[in-house]
Amino acid sequence: MTNSAKAENALELHDLSVAYRVAGRNRAVLRNLSLNIRQGEAYGLVGESGCGKSTVALTVVRYLPRNGSISGGAISLDGQDVMKLDAEALRRARAESVSMVYQDPGKALNPSIRIGRQLTEIFELGGITGQAATDRAIAMLNRVRISDPPSVMQRYPHQLSGGMQQRVAIAMALANDPSMLILDEPTTGLDATVEAEVLDLIAQLRQELSASILFISHNLAVVSNMCDRVGVLYAGMLVEEGPTDVVFNDPRHPYTVALLRCLPRGGQRKDQGRLDTIPGFLPGIGADIKGCAFADRCALADDRCRSELPPLYDLSDERGKRLSRCFHHDKAQALPRATPSDVATAPKPTTAPVLRVAGLNKTYASHGHPLRAVKDVSLDLGPGETLGLVGESGSGKTTFARLLLGLVPPDDGGTIELEGKALAPKLENRGDDQVKAMQIVFQNPDSALNRSHSIRHILGRALKRLAGLSGKAQEARLDDLVRSVRLTDRHLAVKPRQLSGGLKQRVAIARAFAGDPRIVVCDEPTSALDVSVQAAILNLLADLQSKEDVSYIFISHDLGVVRYLSDKIAVLYLGRIMEIGPSEEVFSGPHHPYTEALLSAVPKLDQTETARIRLDGEIPSATNPPTGCVFHTRCPRKIGPMCEQQEPPLAEAQPGHSIRCHIPYPELARLQKVGVIEAA
Amino acid sequence: MSAVQTTSPPPDDTRRRSPMAEVVFSLLRSKTFLVGFAIVLFWVACALFGEHFAPYDPLADDIINALAPPSREHWFGTDQIGRDVFSRVIVGSRDILTVAPLATLLATVAGTALGLLTGYFRGIVDDVVSRILEAFMAIPVVIVALLAIVALGTSKTTVIVVIGLSFAPIIARTVRSAVLAERELDYVAAAQLRHESAVHTMFVEILPNVIPPILVETTVRLGYAIFAVATLSFMGFGIQPPSPDWGLSISSNYGMIGGGFWWTVLFDALAIASLVIGVNLAADGVHGALND
Repeated sequence: MTNSAKAENALELHDLSVAYRVAGRNRAVLRNLSLNIRQGEAYGLVGESGCGKSTVALTVVRYLPRNGSISGGAISLDGQDVMKLDAEALRRARAESVSMVYQDPGKALNPSIRIGRQLTEIFELGGITGQAATDRAIAMLNRVRISDPPSVMQRYPHQLSGGMQQRVAIAMALANDPSMLILDEPTTGLDATVEAEVLDLIAQLRQELSASILFISHNLAVVSNMCDRVGVLYAGMLVEEGPTDVVFNDPRHPYTVALLRCLPRGGQRKDQGRLDTIPGFLPGIGADIKGCAFADRCALADDRCRSELPPLYDLSDERGKRLSRCFHHDKAQALPRATPSDVATAPKPTTAPVLRVAGLNKTYASHGHPLRAVKDVSLDLGPGETLGLVGESGSGKTTFARLLLGLVPPDDGGTIELEGKALAPKLENRGDDQVKAMQIVFQNPDSALNRSHSIRHILGRALKRLAGLSGKAQEARLDDLVRSVRLTDRHLAVKPRQLSGGLKQRVAIARAFAGDPRIVVCDEPTSALDVSVQAAILNLLADLQSKEDVSYIFISHDLGVVRYLSDKIAVLYLGRIMEIGPSEEVFSGPHHPYTEALLSAVPKLDQTETARIRLDGEIPSATNPPTGCVFHTRCPRKIGPMCEQQEPPLAEAQPGHSIRCHIPYPELARLQKVGVIEAA
Repeated sequence: MSAVQTTSPPPDDTRRRSPMAEVVFSLLRSKTFLVGFAIVLFWVACALFGEHFAPYDPLADDIINALAPPSREHWFGTDQIGRDVFSRVIVGSRDILTVAPLATLLATVAGTALGLLTGYFRGIVDDVVSRILEAFMAIPVVIVALLAIVALGTSKTTVIVVIGLSFAPIIARTVRSAVLAERELDYVAAAQLRHESAVHTMFVEILPNVIPPILVETTVRLGYAIFAVATLSFMGFGIQPPSPDWGLSISSNYGMIGGGFWWTVLFDALAIASLVIGVNLAADGVHGALND
């Protein structure tokens, strides 16, 4: 920065309006947005997808796409008016004072240039060359806690894990010692353990650096852990702003209230009530908004809300300066629920398991080495029960699901029994009844629904093949099915691309339920959805389960979600079950050290305690798993050489609760009693 | 769950048109496509209605006026037996515009089927069929044509079959790579979980999604097919006399360029060139519209 005196605010947005030109019309994305970020402050910007968060980030450095234009307002970066900068000054500002870190580090790094070259390039732009640049690059990698920087410098991005890539991206962003760091969903798409690592790193760096941070995320818990102040964005408008803990604990805008209610918190479970949802949809970009943008979805809204734009009320008190754009800010927390919480669940009689898996293995050949994706997995699943499968990516969750479904044949030896009858390893050798009894809801509905077919075709075909219905009977059942997932007839004629992510996932769920399945595998069904949509989908799954008595195998990296839906949890690591047991026991502990680490990695909304356990390093390669206990390389509670030499058995600690660890159960209980870890 | 939840997003005129309409719309905005399409349309009109506006009968000889240079009566001059070159060029588009598209169609149908088969089944099927196709691609079209003519005799059908089968492996390769990518998508797994037959999965599930690359490849191949038909006719393996076909005309007249009778060859050559360019421009436009 050439300015000698630092401005009071690192970033000031004043009345900023941004529009995108689509089909010949300018459509407002940001509407009169004003916010300030003080020097050294971390400011979180939250909101659902499509509310304009990323546009804010792009606008600050004037990186808007070609059809985007700033239609009004001012941006001041460290006292400098960004709007008035010429091309050269803008380039210098981007090179020297602002840095961005994007969501997908794999795309931010050039895949064909070595890490070292990409890093030194930044210093060369600043006039530092040769050995000096290399030294600086190594120092940067050290700063982001990458061990052995010289060897990392020699590698290409694809040779690094996602967490390492994001560290490198952060190192690159910090290289020019920026005064403003913009983080746009920096941990979305990373495993919880890796996310925790990256967040820890950012938190530590904040102590060392003077940079102000604009932190953009849809994950409220992450923002609550990272930021001093938070702004809630809705339809391109700031609807609430204030100190993070105050806003999240005492929200004063119905949208913030509703967003917080969508999350399964404090160990909430499906039999304790449904999650709240937000009815309706975000206004489309450029929509003509007369009154409050949230009025259509707000149960508190009255005529005034619909006709008059509420001002930003100043609600500052001794806890800090805060704003809310709501006429009814005083009773925002009295927002009635959009979804009744009550559920009627009859206690289930214990009956014979619907699914019984014994000794299931899957070995792939990887460059001539055996890769054991799933090793010796045995478990039972009762009717109407949900088994949650958790573990980092690469732990074998999805492979296990595909083995069950027959999409991938398991190794010889293991058995899968469905309602007492053995299932053939290959799908084509299973009977039609067996195939329709086990269905799946895939993670990504864009991939799972054929984009060339209408919804009617997709569901009709499923009914024909899975329920054997045609003609009138099919029509009637189609109606039922569509209604049971809360879609309407109007959705039948369209193609998947015309539906939102949540609606697409409903179609996928309807398809899975077409043939009255006994078991539905849900492979991260909500990971691509916004929290309000996620809540609706989770409610739907819970409702369908209590109505149809179907069993779920629920795969998710979000432990809060798993806990909400699951009766039983299996924790997988390198294809092995490390712990299995009733959901509540696995969560409340005592649990396997790996489970403990997973739980403590989850960012929590209620900042009651700080996480204690961090996993170092990465999940080892499955082609060359560690000897002894496969977790010993990262285990925070490793007890000695025994862990390296002998693989512990999956021993029953309590009836129905088994743990694969050398540490005896009472000892685990003693070690972990220091503080019970609550999942968010 | 409230009733509001079930409504779709508010009507929004930014909602995009249907994929088909969008492609047509961007084609109509593409100058490349429009120019190419106009050229092709012109020749198609000539092929369909040529004799109605050709000034002379393209087959009528007029020995007295043989080898007349371009003039007001004969714009493009006359050939060695006095036939009007202008009329022959106009009507000469007919055979090539029948044979080349049919050959391309055959190549597309056969290539798509082979591509679906190899891409869907992968493994041993893919290995065997792909190696055979590669071996086939290594043989020059002319050699295949010679063999086919020996076996089947010369006819338009032979030309169609020869060109169609030589182009099929190239289309098969394009389709195969598209199918390999589609096959990894979850809707294919979902079809398997309904116990759908392989034929259903290939043709009803996968095929509609690989139409765009097939369309592009087909239009590109059409340009090559026109060129191939002209080449075969020129060499005497293709369209047979007395057709006023361009390639054939060049072949029977090129000996006379040395005598200064350039008009007997030039206009046919230009016609071939313009049609190939027209098709390629249109293909470029289609490619652009489908990959936007």
